[in-house]
Amino acid sequence: MNSFFLGICLFLCLMILPCLYRAIVGPTVIDRMVAVGAIGTKTLVILILMGFLYERVAMFIDISMVYAILNFLGTLAAARYFEMEGEI
Amino acid sequence: MNIADAIAVFFICLGCFFFMTGAIGILRFPDFYTRMHATGKSDTLAVLLCLCGLAIHHGLCLDSFKLLLIAVFVFFANPTGTHSICRAAFRCGVKPWTKKENTP
Repeated sequence: MNSFFLGICLFLCLMILPCLYRAIVGPTVIDRMVAVGAIGTKTLVILILMGFLYERVAMFIDISMVYAILNFLGTLAAARYFEMEGEI
Repeated sequence: MNIADAIAVFFICLGCFFFMTGAIGILRFPDFYTRMHATGKSDTLAVLLCLCGLAIHHGLCLDSFKLLLIAVFVFFANPTGTHSICRAAFRCGVKPWTKKENTP
C-alpha cells in the first residue's frame, strides 16, 4: 500500500507541471492565480499522502488543514486586490 | 489487500484521473474563464475523492474524521475562491473567448 501511495504522490507531482507551465506562461495575471490555486490543491493531497508514507498521519493532517485554509485565503485576497486594482 | 484498501485504491485512482483532466484543461483551454472552469470543478472533485479514499483506507478514527473535515472545507472553499477570481476578472474587463475572434 505504501508503494501505491508513493506512486500517486509522483503522479500528482507530474500533474503539477502543466499548472507550473501555465503559471509561467499565462498571458494575464489572473491566469497565473488560477495555476497557483490548482498547484495548491494538488500540494494539499500530496501533503496528506506524505503523512501516510511517514506514518505520522495526525501531524500531516493538521498541517494540510492549515494549508487548505491559507490557500483559500490567498486566493480571496488576490482576487480582492485585483478587483480594486482595476487592471489585469 | 482487504476490501477497504481496494475501495480506497479505486477512489484515489478516480481522484487522480480528475486531477489529470484538470491539469490538461488548464493547459489547453483558450481563455481564462474556461481554464477557471476546468480547475475549479475537477480539482474540487479530485480532492474530495482522494480524501474520501484515504479516509476509508484509514479506518474509523479521529484522523479519518479530520480528513473528511478537510474534504468538506475544500468542497466549500474551492468554488468560493473560483467565484471570487472570476468576478474580479469580469469586473476588470476580461473578455470571454468567442468563436468569431478565433484568436489562438
